[in-house]
Amino acid sequence: MSHGVRVRDIVDELECEVAAGSGQLDNKVAFGYSSDLLSDVMAGAGQGDVWVTVQIHQNIVAVGALTGLSAIIVAGGAGPAHDTVIKADDEGIPLLTTSKPSFEVVGILYRMGIRGRVRE
Amino acid sequence: MRLEYHVSGRDFQAAGGAAAKTKRALRQIGIDAETARRVGIVAYEAEMNIVIHAYRGTVGIDILPERVIIYADDEGPGISDIALAMQVGYSTASEDIREMGFGAGLGLPNMKRYSDELKVTSQVGSGTSIRAVINLPAKEGS
Repeated sequence: MSHGVRVRDIVDELECEVAAGSGQLDNKVAFGYSSDLLSDVMAGAGQGDVWVTVQIHQNIVAVGALTGLSAIIVAGGAGPAHDTVIKADDEGIPLLTTSKPSFEVVGILYRMGIRGRVRE
Repeated sequence: MRLEYHVSGRDFQAAGGAAAKTKRALRQIGIDAETARRVGIVAYEAEMNIVIHAYRGTVGIDILPERVIIYADDEGPGISDIALAMQVGYSTASEDIREMGFGAGLGLPNMKRYSDELKVTSQVGSGTSIRAVINLPAKEGS
C-alpha cells in the first residue's frame, strides 16, 4: 500500500462525478475490489479499500460502512438512487459515479498503483 | 453484554443497520479489528437472511470474555434442506433480489467461513434459528 493514492486522486484521474461524501475525499486508499455481489464484497474487501460496482441501491452504502471502504465507485453510467446518495452522505463515504464501465475503471485504478486485496 | 436488534423482512432501507451497530459497539469496547470484522460479516449475513427470506426476526449478540455469540431467530418459511443451503452458489432468492446483488448463495457459506462454530436449525413453515460462535483471540498475559 505504498501508492499513496487518495480518493481525490481517483476523482481527478477518472474524471468522475462526486455524488456524495465530498468532505471525505482525502481518505487514503488501501486496496481495490470489484464485484456486484454484496456478500462477496463483505468477505473480500477490507478497511480503506475502494470498491467498483454497477449496483446503485442504498445497501451498497451499508456494505461500504461495514467494510470501512474509502470510496465506492458506481461504474457503467447508472446514477445512484437518491436514497443511496443521502445514506452515503450520512455515513461519510465518498460515492463516485462514472460512465466508464467497470473494466475500464479497474484498469485505471491499477495503473495508478492500486492493487487487489488478496486473501488466503 | 448483550445486544439485540429487531429485523423486518423486506426492509432493505434498514438492512445492514444491526450489523453496523454491532461492529461499532465491538470496536468501542476494545475488540480487535479482525474479530470485529468477522462478527460484522456474520451478523450482516444473518441480518440479510431475515430481510431477504423471512417475515421478521431478531439478531442477538452476546459478548463474553472469550467469545462472541451471534443468534438469529426468524419467523419465516424455513429451510427444507440445510446441507444444500450451505453450498456456495445455492439460493432460493427471487430474481429481483438477485439483481440487487443479494441471493448469490454466499450468505451461509460466509457465516461458516468466518465463525468458529455454526449451527443452523430450521422448521419448514415456521422459521430458522442460527447460532454462530466467534472466539476472541487470547489476550497477552492471560
